[in-house]
Amino acid sequence: MPVRLGAGDERYSGSDESATLALLRAGDEATFMDLVDRYAPAMKKLARAYVRDDAMADDVVQEAWLGVLRGLEAFEGRSSLRSWIFTIVVNRAKTRGVREARSLPFSALAGDEAGRDDPAVPPDRFAGPGARWPRHWVDDPAPWGDRPEERLLSRELRARIDAAIDALPPVQRSVVILRDVAGQPTPDVCNALGLTETNARVLLHRARAKIRRALDPYMTGEVSA
Amino acid sequence: MTDDMDCIDLVEITTDYFEGALAPAEAARLEAHLTECDGCTEFVRQMRETQETLGRVDVAVVPAPGRERLLEAFRAWKADKS
Repeated sequence: MPVRLGAGDERYSGSDESATLALLRAGDEATFMDLVDRYAPAMKKLARAYVRDDAMADDVVQEAWLGVLRGLEAFEGRSSLRSWIFTIVVNRAKTRGVREARSLPFSALAGDEAGRDDPAVPPDRFAGPGARWPRHWVDDPAPWGDRPEERLLSRELRARIDAAIDALPPVQRSVVILRDVAGQPTPDVCNALGLTETNARVLLHRARAKIRRALDPYMTGEVSA
Repeated sequence: MTDDMDCIDLVEITTDYFEGALAPAEAARLEAHLTECDGCTEFVRQMRETQETLGRVDVAVVPAPGRERLLEAFRAWKADKS
């Protein structure tokens, strides 16, 4: 499997997205399968927040791609292609979740996840009241070093990110996938998930903070990736 | 340190800062804190890098689930529309 960098691939951003769309509409198989390989794993993680098991999440992903094909001619490009694909996943997953009698009340779950005490950094990393600089770092975070683009090529790191996303509570997982992986603007994420912007930002922050902590040992070189 | 923001509080508002959701005065306090605090500067950099890394996880490392079925569906769609 070739290793590619999405963000560096101009076909998938900005005006060059129209080239991808044109190829898809013309029935170019390689373009379609490339999109599938890029997005299906994150789509499945998103679907998994709504349905009971992996098999159902796979079904949702399949249905979402069929929805993409059905909607392709009418797609007007008001959002990015990537963002549109992930919105279809949410809609299919919600329908499936209802049908499978596992309609998670996302707003209730969101309130629960946002209401928990869930610090971005363990409190013991900060000095206590008797210290010279209370509430400041005891030891600064170890630096992550340079050349992130080289680390991105590592399968180990990718697996680490996958595991960290899987370990998130469902609403945090959904928010971070839509906002950061699918690149949706925050108001779109709120619409898709039925969240207030305040809750969406709290949950996004917790999700990113947990993923940062999961990446930390690799980024600092404590564990080789 | 002369600013009036503590590290333990700053680490909770970096996403609000990135998203432009902080009040201007609070954003200014955060920025003032960063000019004096190496630990928080590194933390902010790591949170940004985490976010950017998440935007690049569409690196295909394993074949997508249901790949073959999807290829068939794409061929059927193509045949259907032509």
